[in-house]
Amino acid sequence: MNLHEYQTKQVLSKYGIPTLPGRVAESPEQAAEAYRAIGSPVAVVKAQIHAGGRGKGGGVKLVRSAEEARDFAAKILGKPLVTPQTGPQGRIVRKVLVEAGCDIARELYLGCVLDRRLGLPVLMASKQGGVEIEEVAARDPQAILKQPFDVGHGLQAFQARALGFGLGLEGETFKAFASMAHAVARMFVERDCSLLEINPLVVPKSGGIVALDGKMGIDDRAIELKKQPELAAMRDVHEEDPIEHEAASYGLNYVSMDGNIGCMVNGAGLAMSTMDIIKLAGGAPANFLDVGGGANKDQVAKAFKLLLANPSVKAVLINIFGGILKCDVLAQGIVDAIKEVKVAVPIVVRLEGTNVEAGRKILKESGLKVISAADMGEAAKKVIEAAGLAR
Amino acid sequence: MSVLVDKNTRVIVQGITGSAGGFHAKAMMEYGTQVVAGVTPGKGGQLWEGKVPVFNSCEEAVRNEGANASVCFVPGIAAADSVMEAAAAGIPLVVCITEGISIMDECRLRAFLQRTSTRMIGPNCPGIITPGETKLGIMPGYIHKKGDIGVVSRSGTLTYEIVWQLSNLGLGQSTCIGIGGDPVQGTDFIDCLKLFNADAGTRAIVMAGEIGGTMEEEAAAYIKEHVRKPVVAFVGGQTAPPGKRMGHAGAIIQGGKGTAAEKYKALREAGVACVISPAEIGATMKKVLEGKAA
Repeated sequence: MNLHEYQTKQVLSKYGIPTLPGRVAESPEQAAEAYRAIGSPVAVVKAQIHAGGRGKGGGVKLVRSAEEARDFAAKILGKPLVTPQTGPQGRIVRKVLVEAGCDIARELYLGCVLDRRLGLPVLMASKQGGVEIEEVAARDPQAILKQPFDVGHGLQAFQARALGFGLGLEGETFKAFASMAHAVARMFVERDCSLLEINPLVVPKSGGIVALDGKMGIDDRAIELKKQPELAAMRDVHEEDPIEHEAASYGLNYVSMDGNIGCMVNGAGLAMSTMDIIKLAGGAPANFLDVGGGANKDQVAKAFKLLLANPSVKAVLINIFGGILKCDVLAQGIVDAIKEVKVAVPIVVRLEGTNVEAGRKILKESGLKVISAADMGEAAKKVIEAAGLAR
Repeated sequence: MSVLVDKNTRVIVQGITGSAGGFHAKAMMEYGTQVVAGVTPGKGGQLWEGKVPVFNSCEEAVRNEGANASVCFVPGIAAADSVMEAAAAGIPLVVCITEGISIMDECRLRAFLQRTSTRMIGPNCPGIITPGETKLGIMPGYIHKKGDIGVVSRSGTLTYEIVWQLSNLGLGQSTCIGIGGDPVQGTDFIDCLKLFNADAGTRAIVMAGEIGGTMEEEAAAYIKEHVRKPVVAFVGGQTAPPGKRMGHAGAIIQGGKGTAAEKYKALREAGVACVISPAEIGATMKKVLEGKAA
């Protein structure tokens, strides 16, 4: 789960990390009020969406009056904003952040991510702020300074110093940076972050150090385990795919894709592989859907409805390797669901594993038009044919 | 021959009095696994199903029953603590089935285990099985066949699919290890490759990776350098979109890194027989063993 910039900054502030004075607005009038309340002659109005590249997409503007703030907010609120990261359809802007302007002397980068190989969080800093860190990593990996730290012990003082010296900071700015580095590392651990980025981290001409933009992702498991109730309350469902959100509420893992073969599989690895084999057979998957190891009849029916709610789906492939989830239970779930949902597209079923004979019998005796397949390869071939896409 | 577990492995089940723990403890015992004790704090003194003693702690279970492996079914919020308890009791192998441990807890757990000699398999994994001898996990036992192919995979049901393909072609397995789909794991591909490479009972290895992280690339480098047995590899998620988590917490392409294409490239360069179609994994192994090019 991701947070908006303004939400990230609220959390950063709780950790004593300096941000500029700002206010969130949901209407043009509120944006004008926010400008007045901040009391800075130069302010910035920024669209709040879960995607980067907002400046390039025209979602950020420098304003010098309440009217200008209001007009820009009126121009972008309620409309889709297209940035290099949103895709062509863009994201609807529902809120803007109005923030005091800042005279920038230097733009730096400070971020924290998980290093999977080490099994440790790693604090990263770079002199090249204000650009995507992935770009810097691709172009000049040496430009990114890294300090992995133990979750229990936290970041050590020498590590914060190493980053500060590496960035070429001095005096009060160095001290301010070091304390910020500690705060970011502590926040990453305490708030179960999957990503925490301050980019750019700015050294203003007036001195000090300020988080000009902030991005924060939270470990979904920590949310599920109710370890972060305060952050969970910040969830913005508008920023999530509605089908993915609905699937999650049923305990199903669903990811929307842009193909036309719907698929339903148990287990994430087999589900990914099923998408792959659909592609190899000449089709394109409409989704990733993992019903999990212990799916019941109800979940199977709900999964079905989700698949069929997608108008591009021309055929459905069900690939189940029964382990804990027994094939007969699953087959009964499919039969019940098909009767209930009124399926208009062909369905190919490949069943294998625990109680497979009983499962196949249920499907056969149901009288439903279900195409069965003996293995994954055959299932993929049959579903493409059934969808009328055979080459 | 096999790696890590065999018929003499004495297993405790952490969370045996819960529904998942109880269900799989039964299935393991039916397969032949020596389940010597259960551990559920607060329920010590019971006799589970009238035959398996339940203890309040791993330490008691080890002291009384001589357990040398554990399978953990404890829910996400407490699982990391349970694995640490097993390690502190000196249990050399802990298989953590639990899905949904927070990443910070997994980091703490890994740091804790580094100070012990305990190996963890998982979390979020199907477990480990030595066909015909013992299974520590949730996989359906009957699909396996005793033999000399080592299998290591980041997935659950995909591992069953692979095993099924192998067994149907008459290719039995020495040991099958599901290392799990989480970003921070106790055992990685290299650990398993080392074990299979050194095991006289393993003739060839199947490795099933997926998108996310760089474990397959590291494995490729290791294979190139050290492994002289044939390796067949598959990487799931060739069609996965970037930035999306594909079910497994660790299966995500981030910042353009962790794609199936990169992993296949590294594996191919290491001389591994790469399979693109998940339906052809068993058949590819058969060809490789018959000396035909994959």
